[in-house]
Amino acid sequence: MSDTRTGHPTPADETAERDAERLTSAPVDPGDPGGPDGAPSGIGVLGWARWTWRQLTSMRVALILLFMLSLAAIPGSLIPQNSQNAFKVDTWKAAHPGIAPWYDRLQLFDVYSSVWFSAIYILLFVSLAGCIVPRTWQFVGVLRAAPPAAPRNLTRMPVYAAWHTDADAKAVNAAGYRLLKQRRFRAQSAGGAVAAEKGYLREVGNLLFHLSLFALLAGFGWASLASGQGGKLLVEGQGYSNTTTQLDDFTGSAFYTTDDLDAFGFNLDSFSARYQTTGDQMGSARDFTAHIRYWQGTDSTKLTPGTIEVNHPLEIGGSKVFLIGHGYAPVVTIRNAKNEIVYRGPTPFLPQDSNNTSTGVIKVSDYGTGPDGTKTMLGFNGYFLPTAPANFEQTGPVSLFPDAADPMLVLTAYQGDLGTDNGGPQNVYQLNTKRMTQLKQDGDIARARLKPGQAWELPDGYGTLTFEGYQQWASFNISHRPGNAVALTGAVCAILGLVGSLFVQRRRIWIRATAGPDGRTLVEVAGLGRSESARTAEELAELAVELQDSAPALDEDEDPSDGPPDDPGDEPAHPAAPADPDSKE
Amino acid sequence: MHLASVDPQLADLSNKLIYSAMAVYTLAMLAHVFEWTFGSKGAVAVRSAEQSSLAETVAAAEGAKGARKVTVKVATANGGTATLTRTALADAGATVVTSGRGADEAPDGPGAAGTSEKGDLAGRIAVSLTVLGVVLHIGGVVSRGLSVMRWPWGNMYEFSCAFALTMVLAYVALLAARKNVRWLGLPVILAALVTLGVAVTNLYTDSEQLVPALHSYWLGIHVSTAIICGGALYAGFVATALFVGKDSYERRVAAGRTGRMLGVPATVWQRLPAAASLDKLSYRINAFVFPLWTFTIIAGAIWAESAWGKYWEWDPKETWSFITWVAYAAYLHARATAGWRGRKAAYLALLAFACWLFNYYGVNIFVTGKHSYAGL
Repeated sequence: MSDTRTGHPTPADETAERDAERLTSAPVDPGDPGGPDGAPSGIGVLGWARWTWRQLTSMRVALILLFMLSLAAIPGSLIPQNSQNAFKVDTWKAAHPGIAPWYDRLQLFDVYSSVWFSAIYILLFVSLAGCIVPRTWQFVGVLRAAPPAAPRNLTRMPVYAAWHTDADAKAVNAAGYRLLKQRRFRAQSAGGAVAAEKGYLREVGNLLFHLSLFALLAGFGWASLASGQGGKLLVEGQGYSNTTTQLDDFTGSAFYTTDDLDAFGFNLDSFSARYQTTGDQMGSARDFTAHIRYWQGTDSTKLTPGTIEVNHPLEIGGSKVFLIGHGYAPVVTIRNAKNEIVYRGPTPFLPQDSNNTSTGVIKVSDYGTGPDGTKTMLGFNGYFLPTAPANFEQTGPVSLFPDAADPMLVLTAYQGDLGTDNGGPQNVYQLNTKRMTQLKQDGDIARARLKPGQAWELPDGYGTLTFEGYQQWASFNISHRPGNAVALTGAVCAILGLVGSLFVQRRRIWIRATAGPDGRTLVEVAGLGRSESARTAEELAELAVELQDSAPALDEDEDPSDGPPDDPGDEPAHPAAPADPDSKE
Repeated sequence: MHLASVDPQLADLSNKLIYSAMAVYTLAMLAHVFEWTFGSKGAVAVRSAEQSSLAETVAAAEGAKGARKVTVKVATANGGTATLTRTALADAGATVVTSGRGADEAPDGPGAAGTSEKGDLAGRIAVSLTVLGVVLHIGGVVSRGLSVMRWPWGNMYEFSCAFALTMVLAYVALLAARKNVRWLGLPVILAALVTLGVAVTNLYTDSEQLVPALHSYWLGIHVSTAIICGGALYAGFVATALFVGKDSYERRVAAGRTGRMLGVPATVWQRLPAAASLDKLSYRINAFVFPLWTFTIIAGAIWAESAWGKYWEWDPKETWSFITWVAYAAYLHARATAGWRGRKAAYLALLAFACWLFNYYGVNIFVTGKHSYAGL
C-alpha cells in the first residue's frame, strides 16, 4: 500500500485541500476572514464595480438589507395606506395638515410601492441572485465530481479517530467503503483512502428555498400587472352582469382593463344575516349568506343557484366574487304636491357602527313642480336604525342591535337644486345642499321618525314620503387575480427547501488505512460536518466501531490518534490537533 | 351550517379548569423558586452526576472481553479538543457513548438544584405540579372548544390560553425527550402565568360562536400553527436571553472576575448550562420554528385569498408577521456568518421575538386592521 503523502504539496493540491475542508458551495464571503481581501484590488471603474458587486453579494450586506427591509415595512403598519383605505388616508391628512405634505413626499402613504421600499427589496433580490446563481453552478459541479479526496493530514479534520490493527490495509479500506455505502453515503475509493459525502439535500433545500423566493416575486409581479377588481352593491332582487357600466368602481392594471372582464352575472335573491343575541358578545355577527343565482357567458337565462359567504367566494370564469359588506336599504314612496308618485324603491344606506346605525340620502331629481309652481327637486338625508331605541333624545339616532328588530327611518328634507343635471359624477351617499334649503316646520327643522308603513306629510305642501319597509343589500368584490398558482408553488417549494436546508446535515467522512513500517496497519477515520452538530462525531464513532469488526484494534498503550507515527515534523498542525505529536508522552 | 348552540356547563367547566391550572402553576413556580434557593447552598459541582455514572459504566464495559472502543477527537470552537468515546460489547450488543469536554470548553452547570438534595426534590415536585397543571390546562382549552364545537382560538382570550399551553407543552416535551432543561421551568411557568393572568383579567370573553370571517377550516390550520410557533419561540427566547447572560458571565470569569452579575448571584449563573449549550438549544428551537412560521404565514395568505380576495394586502398583522419572519431569517443567516455568530446573532433573535410579541399584543391592541375580531 503506497503512501499518498509523499513529496511537497503543489498549489493545486492546496486548492483541493481547501475545497475538501469547505462544506458549503457558498462563494467565499469578502467579510469572511478566510476569504479574499475585501478592499478594491483593481484601480479604476472596473475594480470599483467588482468591489461593489462583491460587497452587494456578501452575506453582511444581505443581512443589512434584510434588517432594512423589516425596518422599512414598519411605517406602513402604523400610518394609513392608500392601497388599503384611501378614505382613512384623507381623514389622517385632514387631521395633520402640517406634516401630511411631507409624508406625501416621502411616500409614507404608499410605503409598499414606494421608491425606497422597492429599492431595498430589489437590491436584496439582486444580492440574492449574485449569491445563488454561482452557488447553483458550483453545486452542480460538486454533484458531477467525486467526493473530495481525503486530505493528506486527516488529523487536521474537526472529527478524527485512529487505531492500529493487524488487518490488511486494502481490506480495511474496502470494508470502510462498504460500510459507507450501506449508510447511503456517496463514496469513492481512491489513492489508498475512501472519500464519502452525504446530505446533499441540505444544499438542494437551500438553493430551492432561495430560488422559490424568485418564484414568489414573479407571482407578485404577475398579479400586479395582470389583475383587476371591481366593486358592486346589490339590493335584494337586483341583478348584475359583469360589465364596466354596471360596476360601481374598477381598478385595473396594465394587462387587465375593463375590456377584459369575464362574461358572467348573477342575481342577488336574498341576503341573510344572523347575530349573537345574548351575553357579552351580543350583536357580534355570526353568519352572513348571500343567496344568488348566477350565469356564465352571455346567456343570462341559464341560471344556477348558489351562495356567497365570507370565506366562500363564488369562482366563475377566471374571476372570484367575494362578499365584502352588507347593509339596509329603506324602501320609500314619495309623492309630489299633485300626489303623483315621483320616487319609489329601496335606497342603500351605509352602516356606520357595529350595530348597523346607517346613514344615507334619497335624491328625488324628477320631482316636477313644487307647491309654488316652479321646477324643483327634493333631497333627504338621515339615518336608518335597524333596532331603534324607544327614546333617543340623549343618545341621538343610534341603533341598539345590528338586526332589524325594530327599524326606524329618521329624515330631514331639502328642496332646491340637487346638482344632478350638470351631468357631473355625484356621490350617491352625499347630499350637496349648496343650492338647497332645508324644509322647516313651525320655525324648526322638519324631522320625521318613521316606522314601517308610516307616512310623513312634508311641510309647505311638498307632498308625502311613505316608509314602506326595508330590504337588505350586499356588496361584492369581483376580482381577477392571475399568478396565484405561481406564488403558491413558490411558497410550497420555499417551505420544502427550508426543511431540507435546516434539518439535513451535510457531512464528509474519510477512511484511510495505511501499512506502517512495523507491519501494523494504521486506520484513520475523519469527519467534517457543521460545527453545530454533535452528530458528526457520533456518526463517525458508530462507523468506526462497526469498522472494527473488519479491523480489530490492537491493545496498545500509546494512543495512535495523537498522530501517525511516521509523520514527524510535518507542517504546523491545525489548532484542532495537539500542537506536538509527542506532547503527551 | 354553524349551529349557534353553546353548552354553558362546558364553558363554565373550562373557566374553572383554567383557574385551577393557574393555581397549580403558581405552586409549581414556588417549588422552582425553592429549587433555585436550596441549590445556591453548597458548592456547584462542575461535573454533573450523570456524567460520572456514565464514566463508571464505561469503565465496566472496557473491562469486558471483546469490547470495541473508539475515541473520536472533536475540535472545539476555541481550538481545543473534546472527545467522544463509543464502546460496544461484542456479545451483549450494548453500546455506551461518553463525551469528554475539551479543556477550553466551559462546563454545563448542574441545573437549578445544584448539588442540593432538597433542591432536587423541590425541582421534581415542580415538574410534577407542572404536568398536573398542563393536564388541567389542556382540559380547559379542550372543554372551551367542546362547549361551542369549534377550534378554541376564535378570540384573543382563547388564543392566549392556547399560547400559554404551548409554551408549557414545549418545555414538557423537552423534558420528556430527556433533555436536561429543568432550569427552563421557572421562566416558562412564569410567562405562562402572566399570559393566563392577562387573558382572564383583560381579554376574557364568553364562549360563543365565531364571527363569519372565522368560518373557515383555515382557522384550525393557520391559527393552530401560529400558537405552536408562539409557544416554541418563547422557549427559544428564554434560551437566547440566558445565553447572552451566561456568555457575559463566562467572559467575566475568563477575565478573572467572579461575583454577582446584573444583581444575580454568581451561583445562579454557574448552575445554568454553558453558554455554548444554551446557544445550541436556542438555535435548534428557532430553526425548528422557522419553517413552521413560514407555513403559518403562507396558510394565512391562502386564507386571506379566500376571505378577502387578495393573499397579501400589507394588513398590519401581515406586515408584522413578515417583519418577524425577516428578523428570524436574519438571525439564521447571521448565525451561519463569520463575525456574526454568538452575541450579535443572539441580539437579532431577541429582536425577532420582540417583533413576534408586538405582532401578537401590539397589533391587536393599538392598530386596527383586518385581524381585529370579536373581543379584541
